[in-house]
Amino acid sequence: MSTPTTWRPPKLIANPFLRYGLISFAVLYLICSLVPNLVPYVSLDIDWARAGRGLPRAADMLKRMVPPDFSRWELLQKGVFESVRMALAASLLGMILAIPLGLCAARNLVPMPVYLVGRAMLAITRTFHEVIIAIFFVKIFGFGPLAGVLTLVVASMSFIGKMLAEDIENMPPGQLEAIRATGASFPKMLLYAVQPQMLPRYLGVSIYRLDANIRHSTVVGIVGAGGIGQVLAASFSRYDYDFSLAILLTIITLVFLGEFFSNWVRGRLR
Amino acid sequence: MLSIADLIKVYPTGTRALNGVTLKIDQPQVVAIIGSSGAGKSTLIRCVNRLIEPTSGRVVLNELDVTTLSRADLRKARRRMGMIFQEYNLVERLTVMENALSGRLGYVNFWQAYRRRYPPADISTAFELLDRVGLKGYQDTRADALSGGQRQRVGIARALMQHPDLLLVDEPTASLDPKTSRQIMRLLCELAHERGTPALVNIHDVGLAQSYADRIVGLAGGQVAFDGTPSQLTHQVLTDIYGEEDWSKTIRKVDKDDKKPKDRDALDRESAAG
Repeated sequence: MSTPTTWRPPKLIANPFLRYGLISFAVLYLICSLVPNLVPYVSLDIDWARAGRGLPRAADMLKRMVPPDFSRWELLQKGVFESVRMALAASLLGMILAIPLGLCAARNLVPMPVYLVGRAMLAITRTFHEVIIAIFFVKIFGFGPLAGVLTLVVASMSFIGKMLAEDIENMPPGQLEAIRATGASFPKMLLYAVQPQMLPRYLGVSIYRLDANIRHSTVVGIVGAGGIGQVLAASFSRYDYDFSLAILLTIITLVFLGEFFSNWVRGRLR
Repeated sequence: MLSIADLIKVYPTGTRALNGVTLKIDQPQVVAIIGSSGAGKSTLIRCVNRLIEPTSGRVVLNELDVTTLSRADLRKARRRMGMIFQEYNLVERLTVMENALSGRLGYVNFWQAYRRRYPPADISTAFELLDRVGLKGYQDTRADALSGGQRQRVGIARALMQHPDLLLVDEPTASLDPKTSRQIMRLLCELAHERGTPALVNIHDVGLAQSYADRIVGLAGGQVAFDGTPSQLTHQVLTDIYGEEDWSKTIRKVDKDDKKPKDRDALDRESAAG
């Protein structure tokens, strides 16, 4: 018997010097960055003494948070409903706008110039986080749900559009070819080859986006774009921590319900 | 009916898939195109309906020069050419009926297509055809619920819904088991003959081509290397098309009934007896 009796899987990085070198570098870098003023351009300016002083403050804040104060439930309810309405409106509008955007960004459907414009729009709208877009819209349109809805529309449109474009590009080319071979025009090809194959995924992604919009509607509120987030930010700045906890619990319930609903719907979309 | 003259296709990668193919079909017959992978079979039939744009040469179908048509006229010309694919290429989430009716997409307007309101004549033709290809009662089944053989039957029905002047068939049996392959080839050839529609059929299986086709064209290196009847296929011809190999097990006696046993011993016995 000359065959070996032991076998080890090949390592991700074959060269041992490189492998251990990289591991040591990562560990060393982490240590250097966390110790203040140790290595220029690497160390972060972290005052660990402040971290220590923050702990009793955190305990105090937690103490003032419990029990949660639901007495101002009308304000809470108004905020929640506004968030949900913002999320719904933004999801629906985003779903509609995502269709032309997604089609324009699918290389197998449109000519190169259209594709580049479509992709550029997707890239630009996806570069910035919702909060940054929300800051812009609050500056332009003022505080309130208009800025929030517009933010979520932009985010939903680019998210659903991106998914749609990727899905269309991953379609087997045969179906498009077959429909084209019958002499069908471009719109009819969309109707018979693209739409039926894309519809369940599109609805699934849109429902997921509705769920995400409910979560994000609470965040964009913090910069003043309406909804429950705005109520939360106000309560923090007034040190109404017990009301803040009530809002946080409500948001948790809301997000949980949204996710439950989204999973339930997507489970049925097969 | 169909005449292909000096057709050349050079892909952007520099591959010369077709190198001057000239071919004439002047009677309704089933023409099998054989040749090794990369010989240009798929390119040839896709150049006929210009799913692939030929580099030069002419394709003339019933006095109409397909190669010079504008986009809109090309769509009109494609309506007269039914295509059948190796992977069936049905739209899987649509029903059998919608897939069959998609053969009429070139004739209905957008809203008719959108609302699935096809003219009564189309609907009745579709039912007849589904019945004819052996899928009676399947009209509401979704295409992804069908077996491979059944999908190809829908593919055939879709192509025939176009009332084509020409059938372009790309490896109709390559994804099917041997028995289903024979059934599909038989159905295809029967329908082509019944309707007097000529068919260009790309096929890998030389035995099937010999059993069912009226005429065989061999492609090698993007050119026609053989053009003749199934019985003219000899050891030498297959060597010209595919290269040197022991062809004695491949060449069969032409028989159109399906009684031939398929196992090797039986084939040997038969060739010994003949």
